[in-house]
Amino acid sequence: MKKTLHILFFLFFIFGSLQVWAKTVTVCNSCSVKTIQEGINQASEGDTVLVKKGVYREFNIIIDKSIILLGENLPTIDGEDKGEIVKIVSDNVTVDGFKIINVGTSYTSDYAAVRVIKRNGFLIQNLELEKLFFGIYLEKSNDGKVLNNNIRGDAVKEYNSGNGIQLWYCKDVEVRGNNVQNVRDGIYLEFSDNIKISHNISRNNLRYGLHFMFSNHNIYDYNTFENNGAGVAVMFSKFVEMNHNIFKENWGTAAFGLLLKEINDAKITENVFKENTVGINIEGSNRIDYKNNDFISNGWAIKVRGACYTNNFENNNFLYNSFDISYNSNLNDNKFDRNFWSNYTGYDLDKNGIGDVPYRPVKLFSYIVNRTPETIILLRSLFIDIIDFSEKVSPVFTPDNLVDENPKMKTINHDRS
Amino acid sequence: MLKILKYSFYDLMRSRWSYVYFLFYLLLGVVLLFLNNDLSKAVITLMNVIIILVPLIGTIFGVMYYYNSREFTELLLAQPVKRSSIFLGQYFGVATSLSMSLVIGLGMPFVFYGIFNSSAIWDFSLLLVTGAFLTFIFTALAFVIALRNENRIKGFGYAILLWLFMAVIYDGIFLMSLLYFEDYPLDKFSLVATMLNPVDLSRVLILLKLDISALLGYTGAVFQKFFGTNFGLILSSVLLIFWVVIPTFFIWRIAKRKDF
Repeated sequence: MKKTLHILFFLFFIFGSLQVWAKTVTVCNSCSVKTIQEGINQASEGDTVLVKKGVYREFNIIIDKSIILLGENLPTIDGEDKGEIVKIVSDNVTVDGFKIINVGTSYTSDYAAVRVIKRNGFLIQNLELEKLFFGIYLEKSNDGKVLNNNIRGDAVKEYNSGNGIQLWYCKDVEVRGNNVQNVRDGIYLEFSDNIKISHNISRNNLRYGLHFMFSNHNIYDYNTFENNGAGVAVMFSKFVEMNHNIFKENWGTAAFGLLLKEINDAKITENVFKENTVGINIEGSNRIDYKNNDFISNGWAIKVRGACYTNNFENNNFLYNSFDISYNSNLNDNKFDRNFWSNYTGYDLDKNGIGDVPYRPVKLFSYIVNRTPETIILLRSLFIDIIDFSEKVSPVFTPDNLVDENPKMKTINHDRS
Repeated sequence: MLKILKYSFYDLMRSRWSYVYFLFYLLLGVVLLFLNNDLSKAVITLMNVIIILVPLIGTIFGVMYYYNSREFTELLLAQPVKRSSIFLGQYFGVATSLSMSLVIGLGMPFVFYGIFNSSAIWDFSLLLVTGAFLTFIFTALAFVIALRNENRIKGFGYAILLWLFMAVIYDGIFLMSLLYFEDYPLDKFSLVATMLNPVDLSRVLILLKLDISALLGYTGAVFQKFFGTNFGLILSSVLLIFWVVIPTFFIWRIAKRKDF
């Protein structure tokens, strides 16, 4: 009995001390603590700094202990264009529910609204960022989460604007549910592995909706990339998975839904590419599986630039693209099988749902357009149809082994819910 | 002129040919829609038909009508009627009845299919308007050819040659010259060359709606301005009107001076 009491006492004591230990510091315009930095200074490890609604004109707020910085009713931190606003230099920091505006622009250092430097276990969520240079900048930081932030930039020129969410040398970070608009690159990754990027919306960005380089073993799913200057670019990465994304309306002379450069062993499944100038532009990418994607009304569904080997295109829908596939050489080592092509004109006598005549997705005209781009103006002309037909009968300029032996007769129904 | 237009129009409305033409389009629309079950694809197929077939029918029909109604024309010439109104009246009669067959014949199946509830309505209306324009242009050209040639065989020959040239050969020469001069900046040349052929012009006009994403893939400031803004649409439409007005003017001039 006495022993139990002792234990109870002991537990009570511990909880009690924890309660005391995790105190809350309240910051508001009429409180005794008037600035966020002061609140952070007064707090100790594990505390919560609660910031009430109001405008706080501060910059260079340094969070150097593991606290929760919590905004109530979206308080505004106005950096007044003076520089960086929130800098996290401690492990296990949470920043939640702020509106951060007016990040300074500099050509020598990348000022960010929120920056994490070499720390782990951060959680950055529910932020509204406006008038920014860089948005959320993660630097050599691991095991963190960036959730449900709303980043709205006003970038006009590439050289004096920054990225929405930038990851540099990070590992095991989750980026989910963010909405990034009008910045240079919506989400940018460099040398970052095991990152999961999902349910984000990235649109109207100057350059790329999503841009990553030298980042392996990453997963991108359920994102929407819309109307970005040059779409999405993924370069020099291995073992990337891109599933259930939507790439649409990336229009322009150098715009792609998805640009793959030196990507190996990736999986690209269940994506929708709609109304892009080029759906996927592939360069030097090997062993990639393209399955169950929809390519709808693109200028070029897939443009293969060369040095692409052992890629697998299966079960995709190619609907009303001006060009289905374009090759710039007549060598082919990629496999096309069981896709649906809306331009297919064959028949199915044995009624097994697969066309009896193989389909040749590369047209002579796409080869001509590659050589002389101005000829694009002759698209869909009768003369072009005639030469395409003759090339189809006996291929000379296009790869003669590039055929889909089993073209589907009906649109493949992908469950997109 | 209006009286003669009315007469030609009713004459054609009674004739078998405009019914055949009308039924052909009706059938085409029905087959396209109900066997295909896909509006976007139907519009693309339709574009090919309109660009190739409409000029052909316009040309042949125009020449045929002129030669067939020649005796009646001579009778009219003996009356105190202005020459220009006789020929222009006939021309407008033929062209109007042809475009009506086209618009109604193709329009009806699409209306029943529910085009009004679809986003393709603008693409489709553009197709029909372009088709009507092409009818007017090629009927006018056919009249010019027929007025110039007393010999029917020669007239038909020239008319078919004209169609073949505009629909196929022109693009062949165009493509060859683009490939031959590929080292030079060609975007202005290619735009001008497009403007000079009504078939190409209408094709580009429709492409602006259907394949804009592909057209924007080319890096050239002139193309960018043309395809990227409304400039292309407006310029093409204005030029199509020119293509109607100029041959019509020729009909009027030749008719005024011709000896019968």
